Amino acid sequence: MSKLKKITRRSFMIGSGLVAGGVAFGAYKVATPHANPLLAELREGEAAFTPFIKITADAVTLITPHTDVGQGVQTAQALLIAEELDIDLDKVTLSFGAPDPAYYNTALADEAVPFQSADDSLAARSARGAAGAAFKLLGLMVTGGSSSVPDSYEKLRMAGAVARETLKKAAADQTGQPVSALQTKQGAVVLPDGTRIAYTDLAKAAADIAPVTDVSLRDPSEWKRLGKPVLRNDIVAKSTGTQRYTIDLELDGMLHASVRTNPKRGGSAAQYDTAAAEQMRGISAIVPVINGIAVVADNTWRAIRAVNAIGCEWPDAPYPAEMADHWQAVSDSFTDDALDKEWRNDGDVNAALGKDAKGVQQIEAEYFAPYVAHQPLEPLCAVARTLETGIEIWIAHQMSRFLQQKVAAVVGCDADEVIFHQQMAGGSFGHRLEFDVVTQAAEIAVAMKGKPVKLTYSREEDFAQDYVRQISIGRAKGALKDGGVHAWQMDIASPSVTASQMTRLGQPAAGPDTQIAAGVWNMPYAVPHLSVRAYRTPELAPISSWRSVGASSAAFFAESFLDEMIHAAGADPVAERLRLIQSPLHRAVLEAVAEMSDWGAPLGQGQGRGVAIVESFGVPTAEVVQVRDTSRGIVIEKVWVAAEVGQVLDPINFENNVMGGVAWGLGHAMNCEITFTDGVADQRNFDMHDGIRMAQCPQIEVRGLTNGDKVRGIGEPPVPPAAPALANAIFAATGQRVRRMPFWNNVDFA
Amino acid sequence: MKLNVNGTDHQIDVEDDMPLLWVLRDVLDIKGVKYGCGIAACGACTVHLNGDAVRSCQIAAADAVGFEITTIEGMGTPDTMHAVQSAWVDLQVAQCWYCQSGQMMQAAALLQSIPRPTDADIDDAMNGNLCRCGTYPRIRAAVKQAADTLAKG
Repeated sequence: MSKLKKITRRSFMIGSGLVAGGVAFGAYKVATPHANPLLAELREGEAAFTPFIKITADAVTLITPHTDVGQGVQTAQALLIAEELDIDLDKVTLSFGAPDPAYYNTALADEAVPFQSADDSLAARSARGAAGAAFKLLGLMVTGGSSSVPDSYEKLRMAGAVARETLKKAAADQTGQPVSALQTKQGAVVLPDGTRIAYTDLAKAAADIAPVTDVSLRDPSEWKRLGKPVLRNDIVAKSTGTQRYTIDLELDGMLHASVRTNPKRGGSAAQYDTAAAEQMRGISAIVPVINGIAVVADNTWRAIRAVNAIGCEWPDAPYPAEMADHWQAVSDSFTDDALDKEWRNDGDVNAALGKDAKGVQQIEAEYFAPYVAHQPLEPLCAVARTLETGIEIWIAHQMSRFLQQKVAAVVGCDADEVIFHQQMAGGSFGHRLEFDVVTQAAEIAVAMKGKPVKLTYSREEDFAQDYVRQISIGRAKGALKDGGVHAWQMDIASPSVTASQMTRLGQPAAGPDTQIAAGVWNMPYAVPHLSVRAYRTPELAPISSWRSVGASSAAFFAESFLDEMIHAAGADPVAERLRLIQSPLHRAVLEAVAEMSDWGAPLGQGQGRGVAIVESFGVPTAEVVQVRDTSRGIVIEKVWVAAEVGQVLDPINFENNVMGGVAWGLGHAMNCEITFTDGVADQRNFDMHDGIRMAQCPQIEVRGLTNGDKVRGIGEPPVPPAAPALANAIFAATGQRVRRMPFWNNVDFA
Repeated sequence: MKLNVNGTDHQIDVEDDMPLLWVLRDVLDIKGVKYGCGIAACGACTVHLNGDAVRSCQIAAADAVGFEITTIEGMGTPDTMHAVQSAWVDLQVAQCWYCQSGQMMQAAALLQSIPRPTDADIDDAMNGNLCRCGTYPRIRAAVKQAADTLAKG
């Protein structure tokens, strides 16, 4: 292994503590931009000034490399380019592009370092720089971590500006007019006399000159498209049933497959009895895959029916068979040996919480967050067809370059011989970061020798194979003094979601995991005596990033316990939080929801309100939940949300993402858990794990704040405050404290 | 057997118990109807049989013979949208969209039977249609907007 490669591997730690040291890989290598992948495919007379824009005689194509999993980020990416390029979205073609290191994620690094988002110290900046350099060097192309908009915000506008100025230069050369006399509007360069030259007509001339790279970005006050409501490019297709997803693809001669793999995750393959399946109509092959078996048929239903008819005796999983033992393992990991990191140690918590502490009231509590599943409504599916060398893959996936490596290993070809066709996803929530469905599709395609195969999971298989959200326990002690919070010890234990994922990626995950106590180690409170400790439970069931990752469990514990302390102290939940918060950005979101909800106004019979504020993915987000205790059970009446994101690129899509995140957080906190019996998930369909439905979903009022310097993503940050704000509201309405998700174990909901 | 889908008769040769969902998707290539759960727990496969909203994953092909089957493709096209579809576009309801053709089929059937639904009517009619993205507040508003449009004729 080369020295460079060694250093890179050692330094590459997503979600782990990455320290300064970027210079180690060599500034030259890091500074060199990746080659523009569009240049290789250009024909005579076509131009591609950056990896994001291609102009031919017929079309302007914008490349939007971030996966659209329903969050609308394809439109957001296109808008960023169009804002500087001066072209309407209905005049461009959008393409997800091909996997390429040029599309490396420039923003994920911010989340991967153990520094608070507001921390602008040299150490914090060095760590972000080092992580960013590692991502660039590796060409790490990832959609996740609410990073698509931060990653795209400058580089796509810059791409648009470079293209615009290059087209102007080409027009100037062609017409003899000075560049300064030219304008751009709606896909054309406009000459002083009003003559329009369409960009497509300038493609050939622009291809012959060097791109104009000395450009500057427009001030947001000049924006014509960004910041205003926009019709998503996919909304008409999505409202008329014409949008195609992976599951809808049809290729000539395509076969349909379904699979069953060991539901005791990580257990090996079974002995199979295929006699019944072999006799079923339409079956063309039964194909063993890693840890399981697939049936190939002439339609999806016949494939699912036949694969379910195969008798399987599954060997055991490497993790405990019964749920009680999972909880016990987490509970047993609050030990010095299992300490992953002491994130905060302000003041003297031991003394303040000690037996001899004078003049304080002490409380303690324990909280539980179960495994939960991702389960987007489009089940996992993939289409594959082997080529003479290599393979073609059609799937919606969030890590296409890792996907190429995984598939190449199965097929026995080079990664660049895996031709990847990105698809629009029917939801993800983190589900489309894993690889099993695509490697299985590749295995089946290899067996079917050149015939295209579509592999579709049954919903039951999808649940069984879900890499669930981490299980976690929080233990807290607090001391109250003079009517306020005086001391707080917050301990959190869970398996490492980062390590679980990195192991499957074949990547090291050294250092502490930022996710075990995410949303807590970076909380904005200045409590006189505060400790936050994360404990690492050894791997149990395999786990993966679930919309908002660690903060979805850890922040539930912390914001619930803070509420308990505030109530015990006799203080107001908003006022006491404001007293403790130092950061102006965090204060502003809390003040905003208080104002929106008219916090403190008299409530009706049975009503109660709870508040929570959590920063995740750099976005301080505050929520107020109002519930009513009725004879039918608890009704969630309304939620108010304020989030600080620096810029709101599209107010409608912003609101949609926030509403969806709140609904996601509430629904799973109320209704969902995955439990294991004999090593197998008990919940196998939406009748047992649905999230939230219409009748339970409250009104949600949303405000985006834009006081911060950095532009942030909004896909995940609305999730973490929802559960604790709901628990705190239930306490306010009923006096009952719910410390275990899902809440329906202890509370009836209407 | 012969099935009438979106006004067209189709002669098909499938098992009597093959769910209508899969006949539509894999035999007739009508992909607007979606597979989500296969057990009537999500509503993504909702179609109309003689105007009633049903879960096509639970209807055996043989039992659909003789009915007028309507899918989202039969409801309207991008050029001639149904009032429900127009409301879905205006309010930009969809996120991932995967559930939304089922939601729209359910909403259209609701408006057929209750032209001016209350919030409680919407809860009752739409509660079987699962949206994992959480678009419910917008669905509720779009149902009401579609009701307004239809009332104006």
